[in-house]
Amino acid sequence: MSSVTEKLRNMTKKDVAAWMMNNAIFIVLVVLLLVIISISPDFVSINNFRNILSQASTRIIIALGVGGLIITQGTDLSAGRMVGLSAVISASLLQAPGYAYRMYPNLNLLPINPDEPAFQILLPILLAASITAIFGLINGFIIAKLNVTPFITTLGTMIIIYGVNSIYFDRPPYGAQPIGGLDPRYMKFAQGSIYIGDFAVPYLVIYAAIVTVLIWVLWNKTRFGKNIYAVGGNPEAAVVSGVSLVKTLLIVYTLAGFLYGFAGSLEAARVGSATNNTGNMYELDAIAACVVGGVSFSGGIGTVAGVVTGVLIFQVINYGLAFIGVNPYLQYIIKGLIIITAVAIDTRKYLKKK
Amino acid sequence: MDHNTQLKNNENYLLEMINISKEFPGVKALDGVQLKVRTGTVHALMGENGAGKSTLMKCLFGIYHEDNGEIYLEGKKVKFNSAKQALENGVSMVHQELNQVRQRNIMDNIWLGRYPKKGIFIDEQKMYESTKKIFEELDIRLDPREKSGKLTVSQMQMVEIAKAVSYNSKVIVMDEPTSSLTEKEVNHLFKIINALKQKGVGIIYISHKMEEILQISDDVTVMRDGKWIDTRPAAELTTDMIISLMVGRDLTNRFPPKDNVPGETILRVEDLTATYQPSIQNVGFELRKGEILGIAGLVGSKRTDIVEALFGIRQVASGKIYVHGKEVQNRAPQQAIKNGFALITEERRSTGIFGILDINFNSIIANLDEYFNKFGLVDEDKCKTDTQWVVDSMRVKTPSQKTLISSLSGGNQQKVIIGRWLLTEPEILMMDEPTRGIDVGAKYEIYQLMIDLAKKDKGVLMISSEMPELLGITDRILVMSNGQVAGIVETKNTTQEEILRLSAKFL
Repeated sequence: MSSVTEKLRNMTKKDVAAWMMNNAIFIVLVVLLLVIISISPDFVSINNFRNILSQASTRIIIALGVGGLIITQGTDLSAGRMVGLSAVISASLLQAPGYAYRMYPNLNLLPINPDEPAFQILLPILLAASITAIFGLINGFIIAKLNVTPFITTLGTMIIIYGVNSIYFDRPPYGAQPIGGLDPRYMKFAQGSIYIGDFAVPYLVIYAAIVTVLIWVLWNKTRFGKNIYAVGGNPEAAVVSGVSLVKTLLIVYTLAGFLYGFAGSLEAARVGSATNNTGNMYELDAIAACVVGGVSFSGGIGTVAGVVTGVLIFQVINYGLAFIGVNPYLQYIIKGLIIITAVAIDTRKYLKKK
Repeated sequence: MDHNTQLKNNENYLLEMINISKEFPGVKALDGVQLKVRTGTVHALMGENGAGKSTLMKCLFGIYHEDNGEIYLEGKKVKFNSAKQALENGVSMVHQELNQVRQRNIMDNIWLGRYPKKGIFIDEQKMYESTKKIFEELDIRLDPREKSGKLTVSQMQMVEIAKAVSYNSKVIVMDEPTSSLTEKEVNHLFKIINALKQKGVGIIYISHKMEEILQISDDVTVMRDGKWIDTRPAAELTTDMIISLMVGRDLTNRFPPKDNVPGETILRVEDLTATYQPSIQNVGFELRKGEILGIAGLVGSKRTDIVEALFGIRQVASGKIYVHGKEVQNRAPQQAIKNGFALITEERRSTGIFGILDINFNSIIANLDEYFNKFGLVDEDKCKTDTQWVVDSMRVKTPSQKTLISSLSGGNQQKVIIGRWLLTEPEILMMDEPTRGIDVGAKYEIYQLMIDLAKKDKGVLMISSEMPELLGITDRILVMSNGQVAGIVETKNTTQEEILRLSAKFL
């Protein structure tokens, strides 16, 4: 203990400043938490914690998709619309048999007996995720092969996907109505929990955890992972080193599309319905979370832990500020300030001192 | 320094740079250099690549700050902090690379940053007329409203000169102004230069082309190894005299003993021509086992294009590549690497290092195939072992493998990159300016490494602008001139004079 105090005493002003700089975002988070807790001590509860985690789950999956391509110096504005497309497709294929306003009145993918195991749920989810993966592939193709900048490419596909989704969504006989009455088994797939004794772990959290682990392995342990850092860190050096730029970009955008699709299917079941506006603006939340979590927009830098932390920070802020009753408009202002502050501080780390 | 013999009588110096010294870590780039330009004359500045001409000019323009020495402009002591400040004080440069905003028109480019105004609006009419007037003075036949992007290189250069004149420049530096001009364009340029002389402008003219220098210049200053060698009136000089002034130097033991023995041919290149010209044309040569083949040539002679074409980075229109007598296709770096090629690029910063990543990553990136287990996952231990091999065998000075490569010195970065490529166990190692920006000690280590590689039966191809290093460690030297092979000479039997002559063969 004494050695620790010794160390603290020996720390110069500069060290402290550097430490604070490196951990600024966590300091902001702790300060915010302290403020929230001091206003409303009830905030500290298992229940709140669980809510924050399960709300963050789908966002983590989306942000991990976006994070990978930001590392390659990319960006993706179409993420939210892909979430929406997948939500609508999955929901339309998984409406409860007894529901009056079904998009496909005669479609019964799941077994009639509600007690039978229903692995068939995965079919529409996989279908939806495959469709968004194809859109991801298209993004990648336009960026890598036609050399259109990621911002413009995904701005275009964002609008196109919304159009495609709306055409699918807004059809007779029921037209532009939210797709509700989802099959209870599908809802349970997202809303259920595993009980460890009395302690409930939401399925969503488990899905997010699995995706997080898989993406961690992918980014850190595979050739593809090394390649995205190489492409993002110095594209020209990557090419000279024998890394295929085109292949890497195609994979990273396709994978992102798949993750958005999976998140979309979960999102529909979590909320209990889907419309063509589901997922609107999620891409901005995901990009913001990545950036706050230390993924560099100039490429080559970013970690899975950072992305997940970024999402959690936003979720804590969202949930906490609502919990203590902060004016929702004011919440926007706070979130915006946090994004800018985080990146401004983070940038200092990499600025060349002249 | 009072070596200035002939020029002493002429007190009318427009620009005087006296006793300029500049040291970089480990290198004395300039050592007591002087340059004195008379009013209304062309002063040629000559020297091999690396002699210190560019450094001297960078000191003039405040891009570098000289450690020692003084600069006088019209007798007044000056010290510029930026090219812009120099420009505003009447010293301007026409660059080798012409930096213009290609999307804007000519007059916008000329008046950029100081547009004539009428109230708060830009006075287009005045801008047009002023530009037109300068163009007429210099006999430049261009429409000031033409888009910059549509101009040829020679036209852009004229615009740059006009820009210098618009600043009322007293001194204009021209760096290799004729390197991409046709003969007709050169004649027009000389007409413009004569017009400038009439106006009393002093021109510092940097070029490698002897005939041109003798034709256009009044005085010639020769530099070598960062030192001032001589300044003489051009009328007294001949091409041979200039070359011997540029070359005259002894080669001390800056190079390790050469004990590699070239064997049979590994690489044969036939008739290689790049798709997008100007680039290489009909390049052919052979590289043997255990041989270090140098590639010499002036800046702009497209030396780099050869290795780029061989490595699959530059698209090839025609030509064949044989390794061990078997034809190979190197359409992309991945293929080239599989075929046993490795390329250490010239621009370490932009195409070599991954600056924001660590030494471990930078070491293994070209050899990724070797680091995956049967599940397709990275074998961290093997990565570490190999990185350690790079650090140890290249003698990289670094605190750890996790250190960011950008925090190492240039020499150590270069060693990591060489190590990166040795991990791929190449048969043909191509190095583009491998010792650029590296201090003398590290240079020696890199030479030693190249010789060691040759002794292990690799073929080494080295592009270099430094004559001593070409003569010091290569077995043969291929001389490029204007995209073509001007000749391949045995290093033992050649001289710097011969190489300089060959490199001007197709100009």
